[in-house]
Amino acid sequence: MERIPILKMGDCLLVTIQVDMHDRLATTLQDDLTERIARTNAKGVVIDISALEIVDSFIGRMLANIAAMSRVLDARTVVVGMQPAVAITLVELGLSLPGVSTALNVEKGMALIGRALGKAQGTNGGPET
Amino acid sequence: MAVLRRETRPISGQQDVVAVRQVVREWAVSMGFSLVDQTKVITAASELARNVIVYGGGGTLSLEALNDGSRRGLRLAFEDQGPGIADVETALRDGYTTGNGLGLGLGGAKRLSNEFQIHSQPGEGTRVVITRWR
Repeated sequence: MERIPILKMGDCLLVTIQVDMHDRLATTLQDDLTERIARTNAKGVVIDISALEIVDSFIGRMLANIAAMSRVLDARTVVVGMQPAVAITLVELGLSLPGVSTALNVEKGMALIGRALGKAQGTNGGPET
Repeated sequence: MAVLRRETRPISGQQDVVAVRQVVREWAVSMGFSLVDQTKVITAASELARNVIVYGGGGTLSLEALNDGSRRGLRLAFEDQGPGIADVETALRDGYTTGNGLGLGLGGAKRLSNEFQIHSQPGEGTRVVITRWR
């Protein structure tokens, strides 16, 4: 069965979507990611959609679902690399992806998760920075 | 108004939603649409193609390249012979769905198009026509 690969980088999972996804592939990714977060105890998920030429309501819902499920599993999701034309279209479509963090690229997305994790550790009695 | 080119494609399974996105992209690019306009019309087509499968049980997409004096347009007609829509006005409302989606497909496709027509009768299927001008 066709699958989108999920890479583990430290505490994070990285997904780069490079194909035009049909709906079942999007649903499979959602299930695979949730399972991997739980199994690897990942604290962050970065989803790179820079290669996606459109995000319609189904893919938008998948992104929102992944963000919500990972939050429940104590991991943060950041969607990175959305093309400007995709962002314009998505808002006009009626989807503003509430609850989904975004960043311009993978590096900034990783940094966002790193900062969030650092802060969380700080409040748990870790060293202050 | 002249029709420069016309083509009909079947929509029968999930893979066809991807194929619809690809063919609409090819047409929009060849007609010189801007990137934002391409993205809007492809996204609208993706929503309507999915509706044809999920609610209509399959159908067709007819593409037309239009020439109306100084402007050119891409017209997409999505047709199915499914159960039809009893209350079109309600179906167009954001957040309303009889399936398990977000209820943004029809209303969103309308917002992403310059022209939008829907014709549906219970028992006779649904025909949605959108046009994007450049």
